[in-house]
Amino acid sequence: MLVSIYRYNPETDLKPAMVDIEVDVPTDRDLMVLDVLNLAKEKDTTIAYRRSCREGVCGSDGMNINGTNGLACITPLSSVVKPGKKLVLRPLPGLPVVRDLVVDMSIFYKQFEKVKPYLMNSEPVPNIERLQSPEDRAKLDGLYECILCACCTTSCPSFWWNPDKFIGPAGLLQAYRFLADSRDTAASERLAGLEDPFSVFRCRGIMNCVAVCPKGLNPTRAIGHIRSMLIEQSA
Amino acid sequence: MVTSATNFSRTGLSDWLVQRVSAIVLLAYSLFIFGIFVLYPELSFEQWSGIFSNNAVRLFSMMSVLALCGHAWIGMWTIATDYLTSLQLGSAATFVRLVFQLGCALLITVYLLWGIQIFWGS
Repeated sequence: MLVSIYRYNPETDLKPAMVDIEVDVPTDRDLMVLDVLNLAKEKDTTIAYRRSCREGVCGSDGMNINGTNGLACITPLSSVVKPGKKLVLRPLPGLPVVRDLVVDMSIFYKQFEKVKPYLMNSEPVPNIERLQSPEDRAKLDGLYECILCACCTTSCPSFWWNPDKFIGPAGLLQAYRFLADSRDTAASERLAGLEDPFSVFRCRGIMNCVAVCPKGLNPTRAIGHIRSMLIEQSA
Repeated sequence: MVTSATNFSRTGLSDWLVQRVSAIVLLAYSLFIFGIFVLYPELSFEQWSGIFSNNAVRLFSMMSVLALCGHAWIGMWTIATDYLTSLQLGSAATFVRLVFQLGCALLITVYLLWGIQIFWGS
């Protein structure tokens, strides 16, 4: 099958180009997109991309597959390409390209850092551990599973237009993960950092993030919860 | 915390609330005007000016003009800060955006004063 890959080496190329490679794909089973990319790399060893765990846990191989962001390692070929059609692979949109499918994720991590993604508790440290009821623990389901692959944030137009100001769905999901944690006592401080016109309120609820999340999480719902908390605190 | 000097109110939260509340006012006013045309299919000028000489209708109309002004400023500010940014326009972005927002401010002021003149003028 034909695989079209975004190629760009800033040291030698004036501008990026889509390059087609013919890859022999076995027809008796359904490969993952990453397998096809590995086969393409056997033909052209200069193709650059990130990958590690190959089972959707590390979040390294987030890329744009036939127009939709996803993890190449857990995206079956049959779900993105009709028989006889081309597989088109581009880097995650909205981030600077380091080379081919490798993007510079610095600004994504910077936005993640802004939400202080760690427990803050002003109470004295107990002797053993901070306990949490099973009910309170259940509130973190659907929030803690994020692997920071950036598929959601780089599919969000609000992030494309204001990557330095809008925290983005991945960061906001984590912001709510700590706002919802019964062991965290810094909710009002966290909310005060989010009430400006950009950090949260650039979300227009188009739900691209929900559509692409490889872990099936729902950042839009988390953002809605943050908004409700902001209203309850300030209104 | 990202600061901004040109949005409508103090915080993004109040902007967001103003946008929603003004939208509800505008929806109610649209339904009201639509209702007049349904109730009076053969509406004459006397009936029309009779309805608008009622103080409650004038207040409702003025409230809608104010809602429109707030709603328009927040909406246009959002569009401007999405599309007239340094990513698209380079170093000229802030100047271009401020000129655009000045134009919006002028237009909104005209609508507000014109609205006052129409509903409360002689």
